[in-house]
Amino acid sequence: MIQVLVIGAGPAGLAAARAARRLGASVTLLDSSDQLGGQFWRHLPAARPAARERILHHGWDTFQSLSATLESDGGCRIIRSANVFALETAAAGPGTVHVIVGAPDGVGRKRLSFSPDAIVLATGAHDRTLPFPGWDLPGVFTGGAAQALAKGERLAVGRRVVVSGAGPFLLPVAASLVAVGSRVLGVYEANRLPALVRGWLPRPWQLLGAWKKGAELGGYARGHLAHRIPYKLGRAVVAAHGTDRVESVTVAEITADWTPIPGTERRIAVDAVCISHGFTPRLELAVAAGCALTLERFVRVDDRQHSSAPGVYAAGEITGIGGVDLALAEGTIAGHAAAGGTIGDRALRTTVRGRRTFQGFAARIEAAHGIRAGWPEMLTSDTIVCRCEEVTYGHLCETAESTGSRSLRAIKLSTRAGLGICQGRICGRSVEELLACRAGGGLVDGVNTDRRPISGTIRLGELAAAVTPADSYRLTSTSESSKGTL
Amino acid sequence: MTNDVIIVGAGIIGAACARSLAAAGCDVTVVDRGTTAGGTSSACEGNLLVSDKGPGYELVLAQYASTLWKAAAVDLTEQLGPQFPSVEYEAKGGLVVATTEAGARVLLDFAASQRSAGVDACVLDADAAHELEPDLTPGITAAVHYPEDAQVQPTIATEALMASARRYGARLLENTPVTGAILDSAGALVGVKTPAGDLRASRVLIAAGPWSGDVAALLGVHLPVRPRRGELLVTSRMPHRIFHKVYDADYVGAVGSDDSALQTSSVIESTAGGTVLIGSSRQQVGFDARLRVDALSEIAAKALRLFPFLAGAAVIRSYGGFRPFMPDHLPVIGEDPRMPGLWHAAGHEGAGIGLSLATAELLTALMLKRPTHLDASPFSAARASLAPHLKAASYAI
Amino acid sequence: MPSRLLPFCNDSIRPASPTPVTITVNGEPMTGVTGQSLAGVILAGGTLGFRHTSVAGRPRGVFCGIGVCYDCLVEVNDQRDVRACQRRAAEGDVVRSQHDPLPAGPGEATPTPGVTAS
Repeated sequence: MIQVLVIGAGPAGLAAARAARRLGASVTLLDSSDQLGGQFWRHLPAARPAARERILHHGWDTFQSLSATLESDGGCRIIRSANVFALETAAAGPGTVHVIVGAPDGVGRKRLSFSPDAIVLATGAHDRTLPFPGWDLPGVFTGGAAQALAKGERLAVGRRVVVSGAGPFLLPVAASLVAVGSRVLGVYEANRLPALVRGWLPRPWQLLGAWKKGAELGGYARGHLAHRIPYKLGRAVVAAHGTDRVESVTVAEITADWTPIPGTERRIAVDAVCISHGFTPRLELAVAAGCALTLERFVRVDDRQHSSAPGVYAAGEITGIGGVDLALAEGTIAGHAAAGGTIGDRALRTTVRGRRTFQGFAARIEAAHGIRAGWPEMLTSDTIVCRCEEVTYGHLCETAESTGSRSLRAIKLSTRAGLGICQGRICGRSVEELLACRAGGGLVDGVNTDRRPISGTIRLGELAAAVTPADSYRLTSTSESSKGTL
Repeated sequence: MTNDVIIVGAGIIGAACARSLAAAGCDVTVVDRGTTAGGTSSACEGNLLVSDKGPGYELVLAQYASTLWKAAAVDLTEQLGPQFPSVEYEAKGGLVVATTEAGARVLLDFAASQRSAGVDACVLDADAAHELEPDLTPGITAAVHYPEDAQVQPTIATEALMASARRYGARLLENTPVTGAILDSAGALVGVKTPAGDLRASRVLIAAGPWSGDVAALLGVHLPVRPRRGELLVTSRMPHRIFHKVYDADYVGAVGSDDSALQTSSVIESTAGGTVLIGSSRQQVGFDARLRVDALSEIAAKALRLFPFLAGAAVIRSYGGFRPFMPDHLPVIGEDPRMPGLWHAAGHEGAGIGLSLATAELLTALMLKRPTHLDASPFSAARASLAPHLKAASYAI
Repeated sequence: MPSRLLPFCNDSIRPASPTPVTITVNGEPMTGVTGQSLAGVILAGGTLGFRHTSVAGRPRGVFCGIGVCYDCLVEVNDQRDVRACQRRAAEGDVVRSQHDPLPAGPGEATPTPGVTAS
């Protein structure tokens, strides 16, 4: 029987696990959380179930059916609170996945390793947040943080909040905030109408295919109108102010390439700011597996969702930011192919058609909301770029200039940018972009910040401990693990 | 354009040689297929050690290097100015400890031999060792303190030496691979071919670390430098609890060993960034950079034998590099008798950062036919210990 | 106290009535709801800055909320480097701010072994 290991239990991973099971593969599904659903279907824990959770989520019924199917299926082993800390390639097959299982950042967690026939990577994405003056103050959150705390705990990060950045995600963030009682003073989308029109209008019929997505956005827009939240284009939070916490922000008009326009600044008193400039795919495992990336730095896959690494499939946001429907379609195809199915199988026909429609949608999001080249104009020399190591924009520029280095690796090691505990997850791409435009001729060492051989922190004592053979590892039963506390 | 010297390799050895030669008035061009510090020099620990070297030629070179680094750290800061990142030179000293009775005997004998060669190797009792390192395991059987052990941040040190070389007039061509030799009618090496065009010089110096054997082959001679993989772990930042470079006494054995199988021994120290570096493994696997979790596991387990408190430390990163391994454990410094015009500064195993400055001084004196500070013949490509490992020159270009 | 938990009785999704969970944060008791993350309990308890940075001593708290940025690190029951946004609060958890000053550099005051913060 084909052994399929699915990493990530968000929409793509759940769909992959179910598709692989339908073809009879033996499936192991890992997620770092103690809940299924990923960031998209983040919900109240089993310790505190909600009667009407459904109204907060797009596709909640799909989630319920996926998770119920998998949880009741003896052929699908679900391991929650499982952190993959390394993926080791092998001479044959997709390699060995090393995992620790237990409370997040706990000690003495169990070490497991898996050497399956096929791996489906469905590791998702996190917010991309560009640096700006004051973004390190407490009270400045990513959009994802506001969303996770609202959906996962019913916590409002602030009373008077602004939402800023780019992309359709700003709207659900604002809606979640409103739903937990925050007053959203404004939503500032950096891109202007022409970009949005270019992105959304050239092939309006595609929207018909993506009608579900359209309805989702329409719903949020209606919510905004109802709550009278100003949604402003061509504006951005360009600075956050405060001593020990954010007290106010400066919102300014910005040009089409995101350069702030002097004289347009306006101060707004707030107690929280939520920022999101799009998403960064979580690529460390794909890179460790040896998967080739596209020019846009997503996992390159073929029509079976197979990457360039043998036996390694990828689905969801790591192949392109496309939303839940695309993730479900890709996950289904990846799981099906990983379990030995072919793309021409009748059962996949609708899914393959759906994937094409939703991919078009993803391209249009990028065209409309993508990050523009003028963003570094927001920075001052004392703006922190690398939050962990507190490396400022000025220090980064000075070091690049004084060493004359055009090597990302060398400049990182000379400045410590990206060397901290987050391992460049937050600043990596920003550091790359800033240095590429500073260094004469750009960076030339061909290094990027997505490579992290240790893909999640592990305690030294745990790394030193012996591996529990995965086959003999007794699974915590669903009811036990869903108590929520580990 | 004719250069006096073309240096192949922009790692720390190439950068140090470029600086020393350019400061002496030579016209120098450094070529590298990648960028400055793109290989081993940015994938190592930055050790300036005497503690791991027994009496012999390498120790003499290391002792010389140790005096040079003290001065260079000051000179580089002065020359490059306050904007340039600090090379983080720190004479923090090393503490080598044994945890078995057998290990204790080996360590104490080794230290005695080192003392006879002028190394400051001070035997400590357990209390004195714990005074230096309060969190060290209580189960130590011997400890030797080496106050001369020091360190630099290797990437910055390489960048600094290269920047200094450029201020003395050296040129740097990055992303420029050497593709072949240019020989004159008498068979002397007079330059190298690159995709960017021919570079001519009266001397070509190979300083390509573990890739020196490949470069030598391209130029037509055999040089038995082999890569040996070393892996390290990095923890998250933590309060300062490890104050010296602390080694397990087996480290000495692993460095000098010829074994190609996986070997690990503990090398533990804090960095200026507050993280703890934990090394290291040595394994001959060619240029295969694949992650090996078993090696990392073994490094972790051995580190805990020295510092049990590290069990709770979070590992955030691992990195590895290729060390230029020589079959007789000595670098090759000087002209190649087999090919006029070809020079070497290669094969420093795990000690290249420390030995770079001494190598550069020695090489510059040899090239300029000046008196050398120490006897250069043990490092010659013509030495007897290397002869069995040299294949006949191929000259097939 | 700008961050706050939506009172369950006002919540349109009708969550089950909450069970309280009490932790201490730097010695002060804070009460949240079972299933909440440590970050959620601390935020709702009115604390936005969880720690001070190593270089500039600036306050930091929750940023990404999904375990990616490691800004919300705290010490929990003597375990360091715990992401408060990832760990669910357990009754009696002892949470302390984590501060990791940089080692004194060469030439600066030499740290005295044995008197480091434990």
